[in-house]
Amino acid sequence: MNPFAANKLSVLLILSISLVIAAIFSVMTGPVFIHPLTIIRLWLEKISFGMLHFDIQEMHRVIIMNIRTPRIVVAILVGMGLSASGAAMQGLFRNPMAEPYVLGMSSGAAAGASVAIVLGIGGIFGVYAVPVLAFITAIATIFVVYSIAHTEGKVPTETLLLSGIAVGFFLQAAVSFLKLIAPMDALRDVVFWLMGSFAGVTWDDAVIVVIPILAGLLTLFLLARELNAFQFGEETAMHIGIEVELMKRILLTATALITAISVSTAGIIGFTGLVVPHVARMLVGADQRIQLPVAAICGGIFLVLADTLARSIAQPAEIPIGIITAVVGAPYFVYLLRRRKHAIGWW
Amino acid sequence: MLRANNIRASYRETVILDNINLDVHLGEFAGIIGPNGTGKTTLLKVLSGVKKPLSGTVYLDNRDIKTMSRHEIARIMAVVPQSSFVPPLFTVEDVVSIGRYAHTKKRFTTTVSDQEAINKALVLTDTNRFRHRYVSELSGGERQEVLIARALAQQPKLLLLDEPIANLDIKHQLKILELIRKLVDSQALTALMVIHDLNLAARFCSKLILLHNGVVHAAGKADEVLTIDNLAEAYGVAAFVDYNAHADSLQVTAVECLSQNQTIGDQKNGPGLSMEENS
Repeated sequence: MNPFAANKLSVLLILSISLVIAAIFSVMTGPVFIHPLTIIRLWLEKISFGMLHFDIQEMHRVIIMNIRTPRIVVAILVGMGLSASGAAMQGLFRNPMAEPYVLGMSSGAAAGASVAIVLGIGGIFGVYAVPVLAFITAIATIFVVYSIAHTEGKVPTETLLLSGIAVGFFLQAAVSFLKLIAPMDALRDVVFWLMGSFAGVTWDDAVIVVIPILAGLLTLFLLARELNAFQFGEETAMHIGIEVELMKRILLTATALITAISVSTAGIIGFTGLVVPHVARMLVGADQRIQLPVAAICGGIFLVLADTLARSIAQPAEIPIGIITAVVGAPYFVYLLRRRKHAIGWW
Repeated sequence: MLRANNIRASYRETVILDNINLDVHLGEFAGIIGPNGTGKTTLLKVLSGVKKPLSGTVYLDNRDIKTMSRHEIARIMAVVPQSSFVPPLFTVEDVVSIGRYAHTKKRFTTTVSDQEAINKALVLTDTNRFRHRYVSELSGGERQEVLIARALAQQPKLLLLDEPIANLDIKHQLKILELIRKLVDSQALTALMVIHDLNLAARFCSKLILLHNGVVHAAGKADEVLTIDNLAEAYGVAAFVDYNAHADSLQVTAVECLSQNQTIGDQKNGPGLSMEENS
């Protein structure tokens, strides 16, 4: 069937509008309430390159553009990246439990971040010590996991999954040990980082994140046809004309890039990459050509709203967003599972 | 069309196939038969380029398959694997259109010629009537027809099938074999299938290849391959081989297992010693 049938495209359209509304709602919310029209005017002013000018208080300008907007931009990008990667991983591994962290990259990033926080290593990177170390160790982890699984010019997906789990456990042990020896304030930082947060995100972060994530998303989207074929098994994928090992490498590289940059910027935000793809599949079906963009938009909405909650329910303190995504997302997902009367296979 | 020269293949240390030579010509419907564990599926994997042989060469359309890309292979050869997993939430039409991968550069839409090939494959396999249903809701026989439709959507010159009628009822067995023979007869398609049912193999295939212990034990027309001696040597059974007028082909009736060291010659009074014409 046409993946872009009118009803499916209208789902995509409605979700895109919802994403904009969610973003506006998120900027409105905070210690200082800002009227939505003010937000829209200022955004229009910024994207019109000086052609438009509105009369807006300076304080509101600073709050909207310098504090809240960059945070929302990063939350949307990370939400899109993690959700689309999750959808791609579930297709590639033919496994509903697959998610962006399944190859141990989150544990790798956690080890790097913990080393930076607890041992103070990476000082030459200044304020970027934690993200830089997290990024390096995440990328190193995927290389190790890939090399372990690599035999005779092939990387069997089952071996890849298992080696990801093994390496992940090993790195988790390292993180646990660092937590054990960490002083109290460093321990708090590590725990907070492990659950993810967009606190303190600036335009600098947005600039770093935007290109890798958009490039990764574009790659996944262009390979949606191959991802569809992978769901039938690698042998079938070969028989219909796919260079399976090459495609696997490209797909893994794209998801690894997205995951590493997301985790190093915002910590380990759980649940999103696992559950949002399932929500997308329930909405528009398993064809990755439509499922991927729908998952991406849903992920953006989900993280923007979760972040809004994370920074507002315990004002002035912030709650790690990973707690919100799990506490809000899990019951919603259970509701969706129960509501579906006709479960079709495992997904 | 498809030629294998001195194929030797193994799984880890165990040699599964040794010195296999075979030739499938244009317009043939060849059947690979042989007992369990003789490497029939492995041979099909080597022939389709999925498994690399230790030595030997496979030629597809006179080209060494090693030098061809998957894309080039897929435009000539389609494969219906033995156990093909079909993920849920894919409709029959979705599954069949996957077969167009090697023919179109369009990533998000289908061209007119894609649509024609998909429709033709659906009609030929009698799956058009449920093209919008999920494959996971279909019966085993219908699902097998869908997988054949997916292979036909590739518009192949050569079709490989691994036990296409295993686990199907007699009607679906006939339906699928009749379809393949019809395609071979009318479309200049060449087919090679692994099959366990010797009677249906004798009836539908224009050529049989008997595999035993990793070598080609016999190859040729049904009456050359399905001899009492061959059946005893390869399968270890005593069997009658009769001509059946209803099917207009040979019929094999296996009567009993031969014990390890027993050969046909020892069974002085046993069945299956002569080829009887039954008319």
